[in-house]
Amino acid sequence: MTVLAPNQPLTESEVAAIKRDFPILQQEVDGQPLAYLDSGATAERPRQVLDAERRFLEQDNAAVHRGAHTLAGRSTDAYEDARATVAGFVGAASPAEVVWTANATDAINLVAYGIGNASRGRGGAAAERFRIGPGDEVLVTEAEHHANLVPWQELAALTGATLRWVPVADDGTWTAEDATSLITDRTRVVAFAHVSNVTGLVAPVAEVVAAAHEHGALVVLDACQSAPHRPLDVRQLGVDFAAFSGHKMLGPNGIGVLWGRSELLDALPPFRTGGSMITTVTMESSEFMPAPERFEAGTQPVSQAVALAEAVRYLQGIGMERVRAHEEHLAQRMLDGLAAVPGIRVVGPPAGVLRSGLVSFDVDGVHAHDVSQYLDAQGIAVRSGHHCAQPLHRRLGLVATSRASTYVYTTEEDVDRFLAAVGEVRGYFGAAS
Amino acid sequence: MSALDSLYQQVILDHAKARHGDTVLADPDASHFERNPTCGDEITVSVRLEPGSDRIAAIGWQGDGCSISMASASVLTDMAVGRTVPELLELTEAFRDMMRSRGAGEPDEDVLEDLVAFHGVSKFVMRVKCGMLAWVAAEAAVREATA
Repeated sequence: MTVLAPNQPLTESEVAAIKRDFPILQQEVDGQPLAYLDSGATAERPRQVLDAERRFLEQDNAAVHRGAHTLAGRSTDAYEDARATVAGFVGAASPAEVVWTANATDAINLVAYGIGNASRGRGGAAAERFRIGPGDEVLVTEAEHHANLVPWQELAALTGATLRWVPVADDGTWTAEDATSLITDRTRVVAFAHVSNVTGLVAPVAEVVAAAHEHGALVVLDACQSAPHRPLDVRQLGVDFAAFSGHKMLGPNGIGVLWGRSELLDALPPFRTGGSMITTVTMESSEFMPAPERFEAGTQPVSQAVALAEAVRYLQGIGMERVRAHEEHLAQRMLDGLAAVPGIRVVGPPAGVLRSGLVSFDVDGVHAHDVSQYLDAQGIAVRSGHHCAQPLHRRLGLVATSRASTYVYTTEEDVDRFLAAVGEVRGYFGAAS
Repeated sequence: MSALDSLYQQVILDHAKARHGDTVLADPDASHFERNPTCGDEITVSVRLEPGSDRIAAIGWQGDGCSISMASASVLTDMAVGRTVPELLELTEAFRDMMRSRGAGEPDEDVLEDLVAFHGVSKFVMRVKCGMLAWVAAEAAVREATA
């Protein structure tokens, strides 16, 4: 057996074996084998993840952190083991730095509304560092997913702070210089995507973090498109918060993760309050637990956490360096193939600039929905629309784009079928002449 | 006929290119903007009535969207002009019923004319809103014009 270096793309037989783990990918759509190229929206789940959730529900399920019975103990252990697994996956200093949320959107709202609550005086002296108001600035980019834009618009509106944004170039990308030139002593929060869900651009995190911290600003990283697809080490990146979703990384819906530095999480006022997050409650007021519990009010998504941990172990079994290499290999195959099709405009960084395994494109004369529909008739699933990034599309001069995104189960054959079908689209819709 | 060809009837592909009514209407009595937030398709439909009447004299629209939504706006222009507002609202209801049919039944060609080409669209639940977009905008515009 050949031993491959840890950064080698997956071999054909390895991908075939992985794909066999995914029951949903074994089906036909319209009489054609399914080529699922929409993992950027939601990833499919391997049997191991489905089995882990079922096994937990059949054997261990109970309310966590309460009760003294056997199942309560087992489920609490499983729940906290899951937290430790995810903490290890992203390089957290401790499991307490991992907060379960409903999804990444929820995680970003937790930070934005926590800062908002601090700005209204909640959290006392410890939360003073989060206070923002008129004259302060929150910096995002023009390429953000609405999930990492709208909560900051709301925070600015609630506090009187100013929302600023890094403008993008004609291809939808931005550089370290574009961002750092806007970071000043007024900047209190810098929020951006590690990997863009539209352009695939890998952000210059280190440079932005350095500039932000030099000026005392917090850095919030939207890691939705990076955590599932490439090695992620939050401490090494130096960010202050990072958010990602379970369902994009082979795990369940209904669970997301907020990672934050423990000293920040312990000081940030909670966004949601209620049961399970308090120490002492009187009729007048309450005291809150430290992180992560202070952010986990109410019943938690326990079986989802258990399943997400299994998804993490599945990815670790492959190795995140190899996941990245596999997807970059497929993205390059897509880019090369699309370059040979007349009338295709690929959105995103030029050759040589770091990008991930997703490709968004416009077909001249054919709307993205029609592209997607045409491909669907051949069993090929791609995303079409504005991908929750309306300002970016407006800047690109496009109402919508089509996006093909890859994952561990994506084969070269999937990509080649996709390319062949895209080559036929303009002819079908009479746009080729 | 393949499922794809039943969706993209030739009438639809032709209208998507010809785009009747894709102009700025001078002196409209009312205009209405509609957007499909899930896909970003958008359209503004303007309507002008004959003086002192509820009969539609002209329709103009500007939009950006898929072939289904653009073809539907083009057919709307052809069919709305010359009808009274109640007649257009009645036609809109008939079209809406067909679009909600999930491909069931046989559409009445005497009533729906070119719109029967959209019967295939009703089987594609993700595309029904595309087909209705211009008509929903027109519905609001004519109501405002006669309010």
